[in-house]
This record gives sequence, structure tokens and C-alpha cells, in this order.
Amino acid sequence: MLRIGSGAGFSGDRIEPAEVLLKNADLDYLVLECLAERTIALAQQRKIHEQSGGYDPLLEKRIKRLLPLLLENKVRLLTNMGAANPIAAARKVLKIAQELNFSCTVAAVVGDDVLDQIDLNSVPWEGNCLIAEFGPIISANAYMGIDAILPALESEADIIITGRVADPSLFLAPQVHHFGWSREDYNKLGQGLITGHLLECSSQISGGYFADGHKKEVPDLANIGFPYAAIDEDGRSVITKVEGTGGLIDLRTVKEQLLYEVHDPAEYLTPDVTVDFSTVQLKEINNNQVEVVNGGGKACPQSLKVSVGYHAGFLGEGEISYAGSNALARAELAAEILKERLLDDFPDLRIDFIGLSSVHRTHFNGPEPYEVRLRVAGYHSSKETASLIGEEVEALYLNGPAAGGGARKKVTESIGVLSTLIDRKKVKPEIYLLGTEKGS
Amino acid sequence: MKLIDIAHSRAGDKGNILNLSLIPYKEKDYERLCQKVTPKAVKNHLKDIIQGDVIRYELPNVKALNFVCYQSLLGGVTTSLAMDTHGKSLSSALLEMEIDY
Repeated sequence: MLRIGSGAGFSGDRIEPAEVLLKNADLDYLVLECLAERTIALAQQRKIHEQSGGYDPLLEKRIKRLLPLLLENKVRLLTNMGAANPIAAARKVLKIAQELNFSCTVAAVVGDDVLDQIDLNSVPWEGNCLIAEFGPIISANAYMGIDAILPALESEADIIITGRVADPSLFLAPQVHHFGWSREDYNKLGQGLITGHLLECSSQISGGYFADGHKKEVPDLANIGFPYAAIDEDGRSVITKVEGTGGLIDLRTVKEQLLYEVHDPAEYLTPDVTVDFSTVQLKEINNNQVEVVNGGGKACPQSLKVSVGYHAGFLGEGEISYAGSNALARAELAAEILKERLLDDFPDLRIDFIGLSSVHRTHFNGPEPYEVRLRVAGYHSSKETASLIGEEVEALYLNGPAAGGGARKKVTESIGVLSTLIDRKKVKPEIYLLGTEKGS
Repeated sequence: MKLIDIAHSRAGDKGNILNLSLIPYKEKDYERLCQKVTPKAVKNHLKDIIQGDVIRYELPNVKALNFVCYQSLLGGVTTSLAMDTHGKSLSSALLEMEIDY
């Protein structure tokens, strides 16, 4: 039986639940998944400014709290907190270990940076022009799979730090390593990857992002427990959480997470296996315990997905509120005025009425709200022009409809992400081992 | 009745593509959802959101549906001008859909 815990599902995730897992779940491995689509491009920018930077900004905080528990309980850590600079992240972890008087070995997994290898004169997915035409390119990182992680698991590393790898591969790699599954045993790889897919968003399977009225009540959300899986050598897994923690694991929470960010469930593409979710069987076997069996798979694709980060210009935003009788009519008048003042510079100007239709882009004929917040947004390559949006919204104080209040303005430098493919043979993962005792 | 009375949903994003799961609380309602909640009905209900095609995948093994909606996120999370750049709240929009039960 192998036990893998999910200690973070995004870079800003809560830290305490990972401590609870390390103290109580008798884990073999803890995984911290902290890398969103855009994170690595942001990290690459930090690396440009500071050569030793470029890893997850919360790495120090997380590792300081978790490292003693990891080493005392002999739990190995896998994390993609290396972001754009896994080697610098590994050095930082060693420094923390030395400060805390622990000795350990850290493996940095690199090779995902393929900026020199992608064709900028090709059209990306969902694109209608060449990659190079979107804007200045910042980064290109391939989603590596278990091939990149397994050598680190075969080493004596206590802590394994990667840059971009497919999220569920962080969970599949320890299963393949522990059970010695063949790389051609596609059904086991598929089943193992599904277990990883279910765990990779931490509490999204244990009652987080789920509660809704009486039909979806979740106990003690404030103290929500993160999930872990107990896995058999044939890949069967039981998803559960530490007793006494808040949250909920049942068929409903597992089904929601099973389909999260999935397209064709019979062909879920990953670097390791093309996964088949259509054969999976789920069963509640106990309170907060769901058994997952019979996931399938076939051979992995010959290409790897690459995320390309580019400078997308500046996002200008402004907001102002109207309330009471005629609130919506006044917000609509303000919108008309802003269109007249801004459309020349911002042909794609976005206008939303917060409180009415801003998130669903419609209100399905719902009732008129008591208060409405007008929100205006647009992109421009010049920061100065982008700031006009907020300035014109603020100027509605004196030059717009009656009784507008609470104007706010903001300009944000924006990084866009495109997706493309690379032949997997071109991607060459490597590991670097660093240890406190060896002094390397 | 509205879908929210008999089913739950979670939204996911990949680029400009939105996926919406639809899961009946009672497994016996799965067939009815297959019958009533067609891709065409979903596209019509979410016409202000979905600019491209809708493809429906059926998972009888777990009694759930998955709707993949193309060109639905104003370009996708990184450069969308929308308030909800991920489209995470759009599961609730699907559940507002009326069906005859």
C-alpha cells in the first residue's frame, strides 16, 4: 500500500492542512502542486531581474513549516515550486535545512525550458496569427511527465523540485517508482494518473469549492482537510482525508473533480499516457472514503504541450457604483459616455454591470438590483493609454450621471499564455542532486 | 424546474475552452438529463457566453455529462477582459437552465 498526500493545489494554497497530513496520514509522499499556467512566465520575469530568483514566492514559507515534519516522518516531497528556476529553489531548500539543522538531499528536475527550441513562426492552438506576432516572448516551457521525475525518485533525494511538469505526473511518478509498473502497462498508468488528477487540486475533492445551500452542505469548511490516496499495486485507490478534519469526500465531490478541466473523457492527453475516464468505477466504501478503480489508458502522444508566455500589454480598469432608484439607468448612461470617450483607443472596450450581469454576461431576466457597479476594462500596448480607462471612470465624479461613488482605477501589466506542441524527443530532462552533507 | 434542483456542476478552463460537468444528485435522473440537456439546448441557454460549438460527452459509468464549449472565455484566462477570467462561475449559469421534468 502506497500513501500519497496532496498538500497544495495552487501557489496560494493553505499550509496548515499539509502539516495535518504529515502528522496524521502516515504518508510515503507529499505533493505540492503550485504552478498555474501563467505562473512560470511571471517567475521567468523575476529570474531575469534576479538570477537566484524565479521559483515560487511562497517556497521559503512552505518549506520552513513542512521540512521538519517531512524529514522526521520520512515522507518524500515532490513539488513544482521550482517554477522557472528549480536549481535555485533546491539551493534555497538546502539553506533552510541547514538553518533548521537538518541534513537532506534535494533533487532539481530541469529540462522543461524549451524557449530555444520552439518555432516562433508557427500558429499556436486557438490562434489566428504566428506566436511571434502576439508580443515579446518571455518563456516557453514543455509539460514534462514521469520520465523527468523518475530518475530523481531513483536517487536518494528527500525533496524533489521540478519546474513545469504535468500536474498529475507528480502523483503518477511515485506510483510507477514504488510498484515498478511497466511503461507499456497503459491501464495501470491511466488508473494511476486518474488518482493523480483527483488529488492535484487539494481540497477541491474534499469539500472545497463545493458547498451550496442545503443540497451541498459541507461540515466544518474552516478546518477543511486535504486529501490523500491509499493505493494498491494494481492502481486501485481510496481517496480519503484525516479523521477529525473538516470537509467531505463522497461520490458527488469525486465526480465533480473527476471531470474538472477534462475535455474528451475517453482521451485525456498527458505526457505519460492517454487516459480513459470512461471505464472508471467509483464507490463510497466508508465515511469520507471513495474507492476509484478501473481507469484505463493507451499510449502517450508523441508531442508535449508547451506553454508560451508573452507580454500582452497593459490592462486598464475602472469601476464606479450607483445605488437606489434608477441605479441601472445611471450606470448605463455612464457606460454610454465612456464608450464615446474611449472607443477610439479601445475598440474592444469591455463594459460590465457588477451586481447584474458581470460574471455570467447575462442575467437570465433576473430582477433589477438595488445597486450596480459599473466596470470598464481594456487592453493597450501603452501603459499611459491603458491608464486612460481608470482616469475617465474617475472623471465621472464631475462629468457623469448623478451620485456615482467609490471610483477605483487600476493598470496591470499583463502576461498572456499561448499553447503549442513540441516533439517529445527534443525535450531532455536532467536532474541535479544537491545535499547538505556532501556540501555540493 | 431548473437544473440546480436535480444536478450539480463544476466549470473548468483550458485556453478559450470551457468545460461544464453536469452530475445528477440521484443516479436515476441521468437518463433524463441525457434526454433533456442536449448540446443544442446548452448552447441556446448560454448563448451570451458560448461563441463556438458545444460537444457533449456521456459517462454512464459514473452517471455524469461533460459539456465542452468552444470560444467561451473571451480569449481565455490570461488575456480575457471578463470579470471572471477563468469562467469559474459559469457552472451556476448552466444550472439556471429550465427543463420539463
